[in-house]
Amino acid sequence: METLLSILIGFMIIGALYALHARDLLSALIAQGIVGYGLVICFLNLRAPDLAIVQIVVETITLIVMVAVVLNSSREEVRESWNRNKVLNIMSSLLIIGILVYVFAIMIGPLQPFGEHTTRMSEFYTQNGAEATGSANLVTGVLFDFRGYDTLGEATILFTAALGVITILRSKSKKESTS
Amino acid sequence: MNGMSLIVKKVTQLMSGLIFMYGLYIITHGHLTPGGGFAGGAIVAGAFILLILAFGSKVISLRTEKSQTSITESLALLIVIILAGAGLFFGSYVFFNNYLPEGEVGELISAGVIPLYNIFVGMEVSAALLTIFLGLVIYKEEVAS
Repeated sequence: METLLSILIGFMIIGALYALHARDLLSALIAQGIVGYGLVICFLNLRAPDLAIVQIVVETITLIVMVAVVLNSSREEVRESWNRNKVLNIMSSLLIIGILVYVFAIMIGPLQPFGEHTTRMSEFYTQNGAEATGSANLVTGVLFDFRGYDTLGEATILFTAALGVITILRSKSKKESTS
Repeated sequence: MNGMSLIVKKVTQLMSGLIFMYGLYIITHGHLTPGGGFAGGAIVAGAFILLILAFGSKVISLRTEKSQTSITESLALLIVIILAGAGLFFGSYVFFNNYLPEGEVGELISAGVIPLYNIFVGMEVSAALLTIFLGLVIYKEEVAS
């Protein structure tokens, strides 16, 4: 399990790095798709089909929208010259990588092995969730009963996103139709 | 917005209904099988996006559709909040209380209010994704023309 996940995450890292450095924006998008669909396979291997369904659908829709955007604008990436202070850049990134690895090594020390939960709350949810909510699917039971505020917040975020999109993109048409 | 070739149109005719029904299944069985409001709503929105992309449409009809999806989205979110707020008046007086009878675990009509939450959150998610997509398409059409 862990080796398979490591291989998948390695592929995802390679895809993300290629997406950063690709000259053609369309190939960058497709390389970015590696990250999303690799995450789907990770979720399926971790036995989380709920998340996998959401991830695969949202990834596909986002890819369609992004491909439409790229095809209607310039496909070439704008190159910026970055011959400023190369030594300073490399030194600071090495320093940050070192700090991150050190802190991560400290933090994963007291954790339990992979796939074992520790908190008492999750024990209660997995033991009594079905009887307490009456829902056979535990994830939905947690999302809409124990963690209802979370779901309400997510729905509100989506509502606000749609509101923002139609507010930003409508100004021209309104002005033209009134005048 | 122009449509695509004949092959794409035919395949879309065959597939979009199936995708739509699969989304409805995911929404209504959200408390029994994997999935729920978010996943099913995204699939339903995907069916409509497939139809719009394959067949193309005029800007005017897209605009009426956008206003309809916007209204649907707002009403669905309002109904979710009303359902959650109704928990303040039944049972143990808590927001997001599960006040309907729970029934038997594993039945289609069970789990109290959770199926209702699933259905309305699914409506909200599908309408919101469609609104975002339609807003982008209409903007592109207006800029191009």
